[in-house]
Amino acid sequence: MMASSYNAKEEDGHHSGASSGTGVSKNKKPDNTAFKQQRLPAWQPILTAGSVLPAFFVIGLIFIPIGIGLYVTSNNIKEFEIDYTGVSSDSPCYNCAKNFTWNTTEPCVCTVNFTLHQPFESNVFMYYGLSNFYQNHRRYVKSRDDRQLNGDLSALTDPSKECEPYRKSGDVSIAPCGAIANSLFNDTLVLYYVDSNNSISEIPLVKKGIAWWTDKHVKFRNPAGNGNLTLAFKDTAKPVNWAKPVYELDPLDPENNGFINEDFIVWMRTAALPTFRKLYRIIQKKSGATPTLPNGNYMLNITYNYPVLSFDGRKRLILSTISWMGGKNPFLGIAYITVGSICFCLGVVLLIIHHKYDNRNTSADIPS
Amino acid sequence: MDFSLLRNIISRYCVGEEIWVDSRTVYIGHKEPPPGAEAYIPQRYPDNRIVSSKYTFWNFIPKNLFEQFRRIANFYFLVIFLVQLIIDTPTSPVTSGLPLFFVITVTAIKQGYEDWLRHKADCSINECPVDVVQQGKVVRTQSHKLRVGDIVVVKEDETFPCDLILLSSSRPDGTCFVTTTSLDGESSHKTYYAIPDTMAFRTEQEVDSLHATIECEQPQPDLYKFVGRINIYKDKEEPVARPLGAENLLLRGATLKNTQHIHAVAVYTGMETKMALNYQSKSQKRSAVEKSMNAFLIVYLCILISKAVINTVLKYAWQWSPDRDEPWYNHRTEHERQRHVIRAFTDFLAFMVLFNYIIPVSMYVTVEMQKFLGSYFISWDEEMFDEELGEGAQVNTSDLNEELGQVEYVFTDKTGTLTENNMEFIECCVDGNVYIPHAICNGQILSAASSIDMIDASPGGYRRVSVGFVLHSCFNYAPSNSEYEDLFFRALCLCHTVQVKEEETVDGIKRGIHQGRPTSFYISSSPDEVALFPKIFIGSSNIKLYYVIVKSSSGDYLLFCKGADSSIFPRVVSGKVEQVKARVEQNAVEGLRTLCVAYRRLSESEYQEACHHLMEAKLALQDREQRLAQAYDIIERDFVLLGATAVEDRLQEKAADTIESLHKAGMKVWVLTGDKMETAAATCYASKLFRRTTQILELTKKRTEEQSLHDVLFELNRTVLRQHCLDFGLIIDGATLSAVLKPNQEGAGHGNYREIFLEICRNCSAVLCCRMAPLQKAQVKELIKASKEHPITLAIGDGANDVSMILEAHVGIGIMGKEGRQAARNSDYAIPKFKHLKKMLLVHGHYYYIRIAELVQYFFYKNVCFIFPQFLYQFFCGFSQQPLYDTAYLTLYNISFTSLPILLYSLVEQHVSMDTLKREPSLYRDIAKNSLLRWPVFLYWTCLGVFDAVVFFFGAYFLFDNTTFTSNGQMFGNWTFGTLIFTVLVFTVTLKLALDTHHWTWINHFVIWGSLLFYVIFSLLWGGIIWPFLNYQRMYYVFMQMLSSGPAWLSIILLITVSLLPDVIKKVLCRAMCPTATERAQVQCLSFCCHFHYIFHCV
Repeated sequence: MMASSYNAKEEDGHHSGASSGTGVSKNKKPDNTAFKQQRLPAWQPILTAGSVLPAFFVIGLIFIPIGIGLYVTSNNIKEFEIDYTGVSSDSPCYNCAKNFTWNTTEPCVCTVNFTLHQPFESNVFMYYGLSNFYQNHRRYVKSRDDRQLNGDLSALTDPSKECEPYRKSGDVSIAPCGAIANSLFNDTLVLYYVDSNNSISEIPLVKKGIAWWTDKHVKFRNPAGNGNLTLAFKDTAKPVNWAKPVYELDPLDPENNGFINEDFIVWMRTAALPTFRKLYRIIQKKSGATPTLPNGNYMLNITYNYPVLSFDGRKRLILSTISWMGGKNPFLGIAYITVGSICFCLGVVLLIIHHKYDNRNTSADIPS
Repeated sequence: MDFSLLRNIISRYCVGEEIWVDSRTVYIGHKEPPPGAEAYIPQRYPDNRIVSSKYTFWNFIPKNLFEQFRRIANFYFLVIFLVQLIIDTPTSPVTSGLPLFFVITVTAIKQGYEDWLRHKADCSINECPVDVVQQGKVVRTQSHKLRVGDIVVVKEDETFPCDLILLSSSRPDGTCFVTTTSLDGESSHKTYYAIPDTMAFRTEQEVDSLHATIECEQPQPDLYKFVGRINIYKDKEEPVARPLGAENLLLRGATLKNTQHIHAVAVYTGMETKMALNYQSKSQKRSAVEKSMNAFLIVYLCILISKAVINTVLKYAWQWSPDRDEPWYNHRTEHERQRHVIRAFTDFLAFMVLFNYIIPVSMYVTVEMQKFLGSYFISWDEEMFDEELGEGAQVNTSDLNEELGQVEYVFTDKTGTLTENNMEFIECCVDGNVYIPHAICNGQILSAASSIDMIDASPGGYRRVSVGFVLHSCFNYAPSNSEYEDLFFRALCLCHTVQVKEEETVDGIKRGIHQGRPTSFYISSSPDEVALFPKIFIGSSNIKLYYVIVKSSSGDYLLFCKGADSSIFPRVVSGKVEQVKARVEQNAVEGLRTLCVAYRRLSESEYQEACHHLMEAKLALQDREQRLAQAYDIIERDFVLLGATAVEDRLQEKAADTIESLHKAGMKVWVLTGDKMETAAATCYASKLFRRTTQILELTKKRTEEQSLHDVLFELNRTVLRQHCLDFGLIIDGATLSAVLKPNQEGAGHGNYREIFLEICRNCSAVLCCRMAPLQKAQVKELIKASKEHPITLAIGDGANDVSMILEAHVGIGIMGKEGRQAARNSDYAIPKFKHLKKMLLVHGHYYYIRIAELVQYFFYKNVCFIFPQFLYQFFCGFSQQPLYDTAYLTLYNISFTSLPILLYSLVEQHVSMDTLKREPSLYRDIAKNSLLRWPVFLYWTCLGVFDAVVFFFGAYFLFDNTTFTSNGQMFGNWTFGTLIFTVLVFTVTLKLALDTHHWTWINHFVIWGSLLFYVIFSLLWGGIIWPFLNYQRMYYVFMQMLSSGPAWLSIILLITVSLLPDVIKKVLCRAMCPTATERAQVQCLSFCCHFHYIFHCV
């Protein structure tokens, strides 16, 4: 590849007339700089048993406590999970699941009862979980138009091609377009506490703060329409599978309506794996000493709108407390403990090797 | 040729006449032939512009692109890019288009720069001045303005500007001497002839008056073939036609010698000259590293294809149920549904696109940059700078840097390479009497004589120099007391003089020899005799004899001859043969170069006969070589021995040390020389090629005369195999070698000489081949190169006779010696002195090898780490080709996040210090036979890559699976998942390189930490803004959200640690259990340094 670069010189030599000038530049001595002579001062570390040994012990000593800390924290987190899909005939939502049709006007409601054996002390986060739902399928992931979601007016009426086949409904473009928006999770979950004297009280669920702040305030924006969402969306159609248009997602709260509806934003952040959970509501800790969710019986009221049986999916409700390191995740703690112990053991092994071989090596080397 | 074809077409259509397209008519001086003689057909020929550049300003872009896409890797990426453009693929075309664009641009800039240099060189050639005769005057013009038919004046030592037909010369016999060294490497002077009708022209006016046309064949590349005819028109006479042959054609590139000036007419110009037609770039040498790189690439290509096939098959298996194929939430478009048949194929292509990064696009450009930039360290090296020459090492190709670290066989020339090529006259032996300079010079100017250094730039110079000494010394020895002595000196004088500057004898006054050094002593003693040379014949036959025939004033014809003893002695009939022979042999054992001198008296008839034969042979069109040889045989006999001379050629400084180091480094050194065995052997002992302990095996003519070649070979083979531990040295001479190499004709039984010979050679650490013809040097190389181990060979030489060997070897090194620059120009690397070979191989070669080996392995490793998680992810996303990483990450991973640290590593890494490498040549054995790029090592790196990838992916998977990562309960999506893996990936591969770095200069720190920092800053920026030009904002705040989560930090640290752990353990264990010599040297150096520091502190 490079041989050709110097051919020019060669040609040169054939012609005495041309090469006569070569004698002029006599001083071709290379510069004596450290860089050019490859003698830059350098640190020359070598990974020997002796030098690596302390590192292993240090890693072991740091990792094991961290691991224990993580493990303990993870164990202190309370988590409750219940499947309400309604696969088996004895489950309360069996009928809803079985008789599901898309174009029904009467929503199917079912109720699942469950019991918490331990009180949930701090803020409780309520998630819905889906299984076998490929939100990370390529066709699905790209089926959205971020310009439209950002309030771009041209994209509102002419969404990106990526939204196909959820781009237009007839001649009217869909807002929000795309498969992700179209399949918005639309079960409504309401939680009731059944106290000892069987009186039912609804637990207040907070629907704000479930989406990323930046998503809600920057990435997602309603199209400009003088504060009137209905007007802003007037040239668009609702997604095919939606019961109501996007400007009616939360009619009561204009700050949570349209594209900036937090349930919608949460759904739009596609999950990494086919089994995932998404934050649904937050149950704020009450003031005083009373636990957020005391132990006892609960009742979950589900407006069953979302079919998952067709693709063998599952729907779950998860209630979880959160620590500084997130939700329940014993894996991280265990991994830290394991790696820490391995490092420590390796340190010991290396210590032995170091003593055994290094002596031999150095004794062999020194005479020479 | 394209040109001629084009021209033919043009002439056929423009002239509108069926002309003889196989010939061209040249009108000398552009004069039309007299009317009626012939139709004047103005023809168009290219001008004399030489174009070695590949591109012009206009065609650079299309042509360069075409050239680049002919390379298989670039083409592969182009196809990937096009596939991305055409079909719906998971990644945007930018991801492969941008790196490809980057690679192409970098290469194009480099090639454009090189082409610009070539343009400049072309320009200087094309504009060099040329004298042209126009209207009877000499006009100076520029070379490129020469036209076919121009009459050109060329002066002595000038190069011919185009292919010319000789019209007349300043010599009365219409001959001129030419050397074609730069065309075919032959350094001897060749005689060219003018046709008798024009040879008498002296002045420009005369030449200009010539009215003639030349008909000749269209240009063709054969240097030795030319057919043509000249028609000379004289006033109103029939034109005289004379045949023209190759002996009339002066080729562009050849140099005029020993002739003051010539007139000649241009027949082929510019790109049609034979030199240009023959011009081809040196055949590409490929290094062993490149070969393994390509092999690895094929493996990866197979992996890539199998990955894509597996995924395609699995995809269809998985999609079998329609619920999975098209669940209600994720419908296909109508368009997608229709394309049933080709869907599987496009799926396969899409997977290929998704995984294509496993073939590192930037590896080629990085390797190329590494080689290009790295070669500067060789030319910058101060230790390889020679004050005397004022030059340092020169890199002619940077493709082979790493091959310098892989050399197994070193073939070296002796004279000028191992030795100084600075001849010092020691003694002469005339008629059995030995004279040493003191005696000869009578104490006159001995010191001056011994201090003369006569450097002659042209090949074969040493012979002249040696004689020059003899002469100079001898001429001071005025009274010639015997006839023999007289003849002896005369022989030396004449033979020599005729060789060097012929006109001095022609003029009949020997003014001076060699740079005007007066030699009046001798001349004054017998001017009458010397002055008369009616006919001089010089020759140098193929048996290394140089002779001259002179006619003395007394009318005798004398033939003086000098040459190697082996050539002279068989032809000698009288003289004190025994004494001289004994003296010659003794001198040879002392390592002196000897030369014998003989003469023969020819009678008039003998002379005429010889002349006749020679002339006839020279004019012969067929079998010229053979007939010449016959003619020489008639002359070269019945010599009378006069005497012998001996000169010393001292070893170059540190030659012995260098050879010793090469031996210790495990290289086998072969010395190839034309010298006598005894002389060469003495040099070999002096240069420690043979040590006192070396057992010498002889495979020489002397031995094969006693025994048959067969027996000798088998006996030697037995000896070698019996005693393995001994250090063997082999001496073989040219005659025996050709017998060994001769293709077997006597039957199958003896056919395996080659193999046996190779077997012997393999066990010898040093081999001396003496009495070698230049061609044999290349043959020996060929033999070793073709042996079944395919060892890497290196050839080093300084003269034109070494060029074939240098071109043939894997690595050719030229010494910028006294025999001209021919070797240096044709070599891959040129060094001023033999001693520099040590640093070249042991330090630079070693460094470049380990650097590029790491570069290649690391590149594959980092791309496995990069792509394998993507492959695993397919199992969790329904084989939908969903990329794991964002487009920006896919694009920039190879070209910016991980490119600079490895490039810098491959430029400055020094795993062992330079001094250690020089001190301990045996470290070279550690990297012998491509040891860092063998399959087990490659497998280790690949496995490490796969392990790391599995750690990244499943680490992230288990951490991510169904859990919350943040302290505010919010969830992360798939892009955070990918970014987490990518962050771990970038840190791991960079830190892996950091672990491999043994030489941390400030630049390493800057680049390694800098590129990590760059990654972080880039990610923050990339996710920090809603980029208006992007259709998607998937990365918005993803990186920052990840960094705000504690578990993400913890998992990044954990995963990096786990990925790096096995490599560290492997390194430590290998070093502790079975350290290589290199590793020992590292530790030793370390302890040495520590020790040194300790002492330093104490003091």
